[in-house]
Amino acid sequence: MAVGTQYLAEQPKLRTTSLVLGAVALAGLLAAPFFLYPEFLMSILCFALFACAFNLLIGYVGLLSFGHAAFFGGAAYYTAHAVKVWGWEPLTGILFGAAGAAAMGLIIGFIAIRRQGIYFAMITLALSQMFAFICLQVPFTHGEDGIQGVPRGHLLGIVDLSQPLAMYYVTLAIFLFGVFAIWRIVNSPFGNILKAIRENERRAVSLGYRVDRYKLGAFVMSAALAGLAGGTKAIVFQFATLTDVQWQMSGEVILMTLLGGIGTMIGPMVGAGLVIALQNYLASSQFPVTVLIGIIFVICVLLFRRGIVGEILELMKRKPKGTI
Amino acid sequence: MEFRGFVAVKDVTLSVNEGTIHALIGPNGAGKTTVFNLLTKFLTPTRGQISFRGNDITGLKPAEVARLGLVRSFQISAVFPHLSVLDNVRVALQRPKGLATQFWLPSSSLSSLDERALELIDAVNLSAYAHLNASELSYGRKRALEIATTLALDPAMLLLDEPMAGMGHEDIGRIADLIRRVAKNRTVLMVEHNLNVVADLCDRVTVLARGEILSDGSYVTVSADPRVREAYMGTEHE
Repeated sequence: MAVGTQYLAEQPKLRTTSLVLGAVALAGLLAAPFFLYPEFLMSILCFALFACAFNLLIGYVGLLSFGHAAFFGGAAYYTAHAVKVWGWEPLTGILFGAAGAAAMGLIIGFIAIRRQGIYFAMITLALSQMFAFICLQVPFTHGEDGIQGVPRGHLLGIVDLSQPLAMYYVTLAIFLFGVFAIWRIVNSPFGNILKAIRENERRAVSLGYRVDRYKLGAFVMSAALAGLAGGTKAIVFQFATLTDVQWQMSGEVILMTLLGGIGTMIGPMVGAGLVIALQNYLASSQFPVTVLIGIIFVICVLLFRRGIVGEILELMKRKPKGTI
Repeated sequence: MEFRGFVAVKDVTLSVNEGTIHALIGPNGAGKTTVFNLLTKFLTPTRGQISFRGNDITGLKPAEVARLGLVRSFQISAVFPHLSVLDNVRVALQRPKGLATQFWLPSSSLSSLDERALELIDAVNLSAYAHLNASELSYGRKRALEIATTLALDPAMLLLDEPMAGMGHEDIGRIADLIRRVAKNRTVLMVEHNLNVVADLCDRVTVLARGEILSDGSYVTVSADPRVREAYMGTEHE
């Protein structure tokens, strides 16, 4: 898998461009709920954050997790339970979900990190399937029904989240916080070591780095951020169900990230937006969504191996070289 | 430093004296790289003992051995290809300077390492390339970068696995000078096929063949040994 790529941040020319693009995107996100259905936008934001969290692991550490649904869906259950049954304030509930996902990340990561490549992917898949089974069996998740009717409540006891706009801006704030956290992790002293491990693990070991600890650290951070997305989704849609913990969800986040571009900051967001938009708009048509997404996926893998954003960045990088 | 008893290499009792340049030579498949892997714990010995500066290091993990100051290079050049030359050296400096686990700080906090990193890069004559990606360097310069990265740890002992492999003449001279310079207050154990380099650089030579020590001593002693001439030099050296 082409994981040995890194684009933004290192490219000073791209930095100004990305700042401008970022400002435009932020303005767009702030204005979006006046043009588009807020629930649809919030769904994209949650999945985009989920994909970015997943990308932290595959794009910057080179680890393909096939079990991220456990963190996303698990956090949704924790948040839903804390808010509905214990009557917690929604933000605390979301943070509780993220903390729960981080704890699961610590356990699953601790076991999986010892293996690489396909074995790592299989262990994460197996453990997340076990978790999905537990979710089906234990009483607090309500089995096939899931936890329904989670109240959105009042943020910090003040802001009424049953107002779609309020809920949207809170979701946007959580999304921006999550993306900033990922960006900070990637461009930090710690992130530098992660890149070194991805580039040449044996060399990193021979320089005295206990690489397993770095990988586990990244795994837990990725799980926590996936949990942040999952917990938020539970508040936004007011339910948590088995759909979010099953392996199809792990597959979907891989698809989103691959489509957008592994190892790029915005690729996973674009991929998530595309997949969710397609699912949304095709839901009412006769055309089967999965077939179309399958076709797009095949085209993408055959023609744009770096993903949509990855290819665009590659083009931008190539241009100035040609003119010199 | 000594160790003995392996599977691929057996009954190898090798001791390297502090402050010397020691060469490990022998035909292909003699077990030289295996010895390196055992010393740096990338392989675990079935039997035997390895000690470093009086401490038993047989049960340690690779990263722990590196932390003690026993740092290796690899046969195939070991750089971080998509990081810049400067970043390559900074990665090595980050751990000793305690700037490796902070995930909340911006990368710009690493600029405090730049001065030392550039010094090291200058020492291996790579200053002009500090901002290029390591993958863009020529083979010889990659090896030089690798040495700079290794030196960033200020190791007491360097293990160099074929530092001259695949190099042109000028590069060989440059790297040999560099090794001589850095060996002044360190111990160096190197695997090397280029016997001119070995004769020129090394204080002591151990010849390995089929996993066992064939001969041990100064280059003159070793090269005069008829068993060595037969097993190794007779076929490979001029």
